[in-house]
Amino acid sequence: MYVYDEYDRQILNERVAQFRHQTDRALAGELAEDEFLPLRLQNGLYVQRLAPMLRIAIPYGMLRANQLRRLARISRDYDKGYAHFTTRQNVQLNWPAVEDVPDILAELAEVEMHANQTSGNCIRNTTTDQFAGVQSEELTDPRPYCELIRQWSTYHPEFAFLPRKFKIAVNASEGTDRAAVQVHDIGLELVNNEAGELGFRVYVGGGLGRTPVVGPVIREFLPELDLLTYLEAILRVYNRYGRRDNKFKARIKILVKAMTPEAFAEKVEAEWEHIKNSPTRLTREAVDSVKRFFTEPDYQALEDNPDTLQAQRAESKAFDSWVKRNVDKHKKPGYAIATLTLKKTGVPPGDVSDRQLEQLADLAEQYSFGELRVTHQQNVVLADIRQDQLFELWQAIRPMGFATANLGTLTDIICCPGGDYCALANAKSIPVAEAIQRRFDDMDYVYDLGDIDLNISGCMNACGHHHVGNIGVLGVDKKGEEFYQISLGGSSQRDASLGKILGPSFAREEMPQVIEKIINVYVDNRTEEETFLDTYRRIGIDPFKERVYA
Amino acid sequence: MPDLIRHDGIHDDEWTLVSAPEEDQELTLPDGPALLPATVWKENRDQFAGRNDIGIWFDSHEEPEAFAEVIDDLPVIAVNFPKFTDGRGYSIARLLRERYGYKGELRAVGDVLLDQLFYMKRCGFDAYALRADKDISQAEHCLNVFSNTYQAAVDNKEPLFRRRKAEAAS
Ligand code: HEM
Ligand code: SF4
Repeated sequence: MYVYDEYDRQILNERVAQFRHQTDRALAGELAEDEFLPLRLQNGLYVQRLAPMLRIAIPYGMLRANQLRRLARISRDYDKGYAHFTTRQNVQLNWPAVEDVPDILAELAEVEMHANQTSGNCIRNTTTDQFAGVQSEELTDPRPYCELIRQWSTYHPEFAFLPRKFKIAVNASEGTDRAAVQVHDIGLELVNNEAGELGFRVYVGGGLGRTPVVGPVIREFLPELDLLTYLEAILRVYNRYGRRDNKFKARIKILVKAMTPEAFAEKVEAEWEHIKNSPTRLTREAVDSVKRFFTEPDYQALEDNPDTLQAQRAESKAFDSWVKRNVDKHKKPGYAIATLTLKKTGVPPGDVSDRQLEQLADLAEQYSFGELRVTHQQNVVLADIRQDQLFELWQAIRPMGFATANLGTLTDIICCPGGDYCALANAKSIPVAEAIQRRFDDMDYVYDLGDIDLNISGCMNACGHHHVGNIGVLGVDKKGEEFYQISLGGSSQRDASLGKILGPSFAREEMPQVIEKIINVYVDNRTEEETFLDTYRRIGIDPFKERVYA
Repeated sequence: MPDLIRHDGIHDDEWTLVSAPEEDQELTLPDGPALLPATVWKENRDQFAGRNDIGIWFDSHEEPEAFAEVIDDLPVIAVNFPKFTDGRGYSIARLLRERYGYKGELRAVGDVLLDQLFYMKRCGFDAYALRADKDISQAEHCLNVFSNTYQAAVDNKEPLFRRRKAEAAS
């Protein structure tokens, strides 16, 4: 994992001092509310329905044990003892006081953390695959590139006041896409060209929200070292020509659509011609020096699938189910990737208490070289578990509430905070998630249904990624009452697609039953090998409509 | 005369910012140095040949590309920030400096606030007409809030990754 040097430390400390100065002036009335707004957003501070909200960045999703402990302490000392993992590899505090935020940022800086550009119309935290560096199918580790983008985008002087927020995601696995790159403003996919050289396929203009779009490819191959100059060219074109007259039309997806992807790509290429050989062009040494932070930990030489593990799985069905669902293959023999779910029924998806954050720190230290990752599905990952310690780990996490063995299933719901916390919500989302989890409490049945993404957002802003859920639920407001609209067939995977709206919306009480009907259509129609999405794609939306509105 | 911040301190501003004349009006020049709307200047360019007290200003939607050939003649170019959240002026400034090699004074005018000064400086501005209600005594502090930066820009052509000593291979 990246470790700060003197430069990083100094720049971050100066940022904290700058924000303290800004906050002081805002509290003293020297900065008007609208003048402070973009400054506080660029330091992660939202003002919300019930209290301010602070969004803290987790670059490439990685946290060290000391950082988890610091987050625990901060959430205890400055908040109500809770934190919330989001779909963008960030963590949110829901109740800090505005005047405390400079102190919180100072405490974060001590452990190399920050809330830089986690909100506002600037380049946000760059996200990536939570299995980066530990799975066998990736082309190369995407994290060094995320770190290079972090440095380039942090306080970029030209791009602090873009027409709208800007999100970049990086993926490096040929078979899967855990970073949902096609629904980001820029999606980068590490690829080899025909000559075997490393580079990026560049998607631009994807995104969710009011106008969801799967981003088109604007360049099939960008050589590795050209990464930053090309990003700079894209951002410059967007900064100059993105619409600023209408907030809903200000995203780059609207510009790309209006110009056509081809014309947009030409414009970017023309801009890039001028700067491709500028000093911003990466050097081999710079890439290598960042790569050295992401080298392998001290793995032992171990055997895959040791006898102990086999015996433990044979003995305990519950453990075996957890391994099947929540444990993934590691690139090193004898190791495993374990996902701890934050999806226990009755707990809002993604929520953790201060105590749990400390437990996670202990687990990371004890079992996984002191590191942990957060996922855009609002779970956490211990990436380097010895297979012969899986049973011990599982026993440890059961009482902590992290062992719900539902990863990737219908009850592993992505859910935004909705009307319970969010000022923008049209409807609550947490109780809907809970009601669905309660309806589907028979795990054997849930396993039998296989992989299904169910995503819930409380409004069109789509924080819960409902457009790309195989089943999407969107809170809508009808004359002051809360209703829920369903869409089917979305995917954030390599075959990214947007869900299609099923029909008229439903009252909250109806939701579990409606989901059940949808599931039944799948069960009645599936062939042996088909996932929910496969069946949907084969039979279309009509059979679902007929059953649900019968 | 309103105050103008330059990197060497606070100055009286001798220049008058002239707005575009209405359709049926003639352009009238003030006494003393004037900053004319870029398009107006271009239309009347011959009239100003050889004068070093006439500069131009751009609005944020205007394109410096159209002036690439002529900017060497101009002692001052101003870029208007109609709203401080309109970030187009930063790109315009970089283009003027880095692509078109403009060497004269580059001013930020309009909704210019303290917390944007550092970014403006990095993009090539070297003079700032701070919005009148802001505390000009804080300008110097705000121009220098960071002692180092990650990216290349006009003020520092080398990104940090080129300046960092490559860590010895471990
Ligand atoms: C309660 C605090 C929150 C507020 C006020 C909030 C606000 C917003 C707003 C206004 C947008 C819309 C931006 C747009 O369409 O351009 C947005 C988008 C988004 N939010 Fe949130 N959000 C909150 C919590 C969360 C949480 C908890 C998550 C993760 C679970 C999240 C993840 C996202 C994502 C992924 C998007 C992007 C959708 C896209 O690609 O366009 N947000 N949020
Ligand atoms: S989707 Fe809407 S309700 Fe949910 S967190 Fe985002 S802004 Fe709030």
